[in-house]
Amino acid sequence: MLHTMETQFGDIDGRRVADIGCGSGRLSIGSAMLGAGYVLGIDIDEDALDICYNNLTDLEISTVDMLRMDALALPPSLCKCFDTVVMNPPFGTKHNKGIDMKFLRAGLELSTTAVYSLHKTSTREHILKVCNDWGVKAQVVAELRYDIPATYKHHKKRSVDIEVDFYRFEPANK
Amino acid sequence: MKILTHNMLTSNIIKSVKDGYPLKIAATEVQEVDVDFNPEFIQRLLAKLNWSVICEAITQLDATKDIELPENLTDEVKEDEDMLRKIHHVLLEVEVIEGKLICPETGREFPINKGIPNMLLNDEEV
Ligand SMILES: C[S@@+](CC[C@H](N)C(=O)[O-])C[C@H]1O[C@@H](n2cnc3c(N)ncnc32)[C@H](O)[C@@H]1O
Repeated sequence: MLHTMETQFGDIDGRRVADIGCGSGRLSIGSAMLGAGYVLGIDIDEDALDICYNNLTDLEISTVDMLRMDALALPPSLCKCFDTVVMNPPFGTKHNKGIDMKFLRAGLELSTTAVYSLHKTSTREHILKVCNDWGVKAQVVAELRYDIPATYKHHKKRSVDIEVDFYRFEPANK
Repeated sequence: MKILTHNMLTSNIIKSVKDGYPLKIAATEVQEVDVDFNPEFIQRLLAKLNWSVICEAITQLDATKDIELPENLTDEVKEDEDMLRKIHHVLLEVEVIEGKLICPETGREFPINKGIPNMLLNDEEV
């Protein structure tokens, strides 16, 4: 994923990158390794940030900074402070429907150039329509299969394979 | 928390706060790291920074309080490699590991642990 962002679009090397919902920091670390000048990882969850911190220390990565913050209530001072935003947002479930679109909105606020994100293929039509309404250019860069371990009680199968689109979005007001 | 990150943070996510900027820094532990120097990157950053807030921030840390930065970001400064290196160091290589950020209007404190500022609010604050 990150290789595509860099080799096809040049959106990582020497860029300022924000990773919204950074979790254990996979995307932040990848961005740093591909030459991002500065990466800000944002997550709401203390345990996730702890793991992220340990991963950064182990790998001796020094260009990533982290914040514990609610991605859905970011201060306006962060707006347009980043070239590129990367994220792997929580997929909407029964209880937080549409959270991936709220993440996307936040990403579009922070970025000047490109937002990369993953969304369920089943929502593609909806996403393309919403982006059209927002004046945001949306492009499906790749289709992936994503294996979700059965962490929720209501999942009957051990794990479910879902189809996921990998998008590149361009914010409207460059 | 790097000084670059501090430059982008406000406490006006709190309902009663108007600007909440800049946040005061109270550090008990600071660390210096090595980051590769990329002059073009620093030059591009300078266009987006609130420079007076950087100058103020460095006076609040022992590790940076003796570093002298120009008051104004002139074109000469932006072309001066030694100066860009200094700015690079201040923005990216100095990290507050333990301490807190303080809202200039309400005094609300945001703890920094393991280098990570906790900017989460309570329900009453939003
Ligand atoms: C699907 S995980 C992705 C983790 C990581 N980016 C990765 O690819 O491995 C989503 C992350 O979003 C975080 N998250 C959920 N709601 C959030 C919110 N409102 N603000 C910030 N982060 C949030 C979760 O803590 C979790 O780490």
